[in-house]
Amino acid sequence: MEDIRSLLRGDAAHDRIVPPTGYTVRLTLFSAAAMAFLAVFALALSLAADRLADRWSDALAKGATLRISAAPEELDAQVAAAMAVLDTTPGVASARVLSDDEQRALLEPWFGPDLPIETLRVPQLIAVSETDEGFDAGGLRLRLSAEVPGAVLDDHARWRKPLLAAAGGLRWLGWIALVLIMGATAAMVTLAANAALAANAQIIAVLRLVGATDAYIAAAFVRRFTLRALGGAAAGTLVGMIAVTLMPDTGDTGGVLTGLGFRGFDWIWPLVVPVLAAAVAFFATKSAAKRVLEDLA
Amino acid sequence: MIEFENVAYSYGGGELLSDISMQLVPGSFHFLTGPSGSGKTTLLKLCYGALIPTAGHLRIFGEDVAMLGRDDVAMARRKIGVVHQDCQFLDHLSVLDNVALPLQVSDQDTAEAMADIGELMSWVGLTNRAHALPPELSGGERQRAALARAVIMSPDVILADEPTGNVDWEMSQRLLRLLIELNRMGKTVMIATHDLGLIRAAKSQVQARVLRISNRRLQLAGADL
Repeated sequence: MEDIRSLLRGDAAHDRIVPPTGYTVRLTLFSAAAMAFLAVFALALSLAADRLADRWSDALAKGATLRISAAPEELDAQVAAAMAVLDTTPGVASARVLSDDEQRALLEPWFGPDLPIETLRVPQLIAVSETDEGFDAGGLRLRLSAEVPGAVLDDHARWRKPLLAAAGGLRWLGWIALVLIMGATAAMVTLAANAALAANAQIIAVLRLVGATDAYIAAAFVRRFTLRALGGAAAGTLVGMIAVTLMPDTGDTGGVLTGLGFRGFDWIWPLVVPVLAAAVAFFATKSAAKRVLEDLA
Repeated sequence: MIEFENVAYSYGGGELLSDISMQLVPGSFHFLTGPSGSGKTTLLKLCYGALIPTAGHLRIFGEDVAMLGRDDVAMARRKIGVVHQDCQFLDHLSVLDNVALPLQVSDQDTAEAMADIGELMSWVGLTNRAHALPPELSGGERQRAALARAVIMSPDVILADEPTGNVDWEMSQRLLRLLIELNRMGKTVMIATHDLGLIRAAKSQVQARVLRISNRRLQLAGADL
């Protein structure tokens, strides 16, 4: 905690003890900026996948379809019987027989707009809406098999599951990418800190000569690298957020790629990236400094 | 204060110092002499905990150095001022900042302490060079700046490694006078030098003990000095 307090408090004289060394400054700034830029995209991907999963889940989970295949003279009776069963099924909010126009619209992508549906033996579809509690699909199937032999209940589970799994996979991919990006940032900062510490071995020797503790010496490097990572990551995040804003957006109707972006409070998440990068740099430099100071002792 | 008891130091398979026993008592003045490569700098580094003996016991301010952690050694160094032949400055900081460095690293850089630096800079004759960078100083100025840095924490012990190695006779006498003055203020002083002229000059001004390293061992130097 004292390290963090000292980091926040700052000390101009302490900061000046270690001279700024050219390429480690640029390396840290560039890698922090690049990683933050990528992190913003990984975050956007993860959040878009999250939204897509929610949307698919909402759209498919609250509905089911009953398909009734029967001879034309029996179809009306079976539809009426099915509606009677649905009316008395707990968890069914409403059931509606699809009109010929609606059924024609469903078939239109395959058969064109002028399909004479009345001349074909097309199964009758009934759209079922569920209450929040939902219905017992197994129990409903048993009742339908007894009372409406031509009815097939599709509760959309076979569609929903792979879609939700795909969306979940994408979300995890986004988070794994974020973890890898933070790991790569830690590795870059560690390399830069090691190089800076090695380049300043003579300065460390002088500081030790005059009674500086390891904590004091390490703090000079830790503060420097943490602030560099924070600055670089802030720039990278800003550019990343601008790039995400400029991505084509089709709103909630689009897929994961066209829906890549932040909505509402999601915009807070990218702002965490520079803080996270600074925290990663803080611990990476602290660990590198501890190791190098032990080696130099 | 600093006590060696049968201390030996080896490096790379060879023994550099062997069976060293001595004490630096408060207020004493010592010269450490011997040919180049005899181990004078090694012995001084042992005195301020930069090296750990490979055999024997070395106590700094009553603590066995082998038992001290790095932070304990850092604390001990705040009571030991060191002047190196090459001075060892932070070249990107001004002379004033370098002199104030021990105060800064020990978090004692109060306004009052910083105000006293002016007096110290005047004592070593560097008032006009306070804002210069170390590489801009002459050899003698660098040694005096190093001495100012060594004494700013008012240490109990001052160790100087060839402090007059890079300066002319007049400047070496001036540095010697400063060190003798510090000794008269009660500080323990040890100067490692191969400059016998300096030792002879000092003996007329201060009661100094002259130690010589010969064949890895420490001896009290005789009347030839």
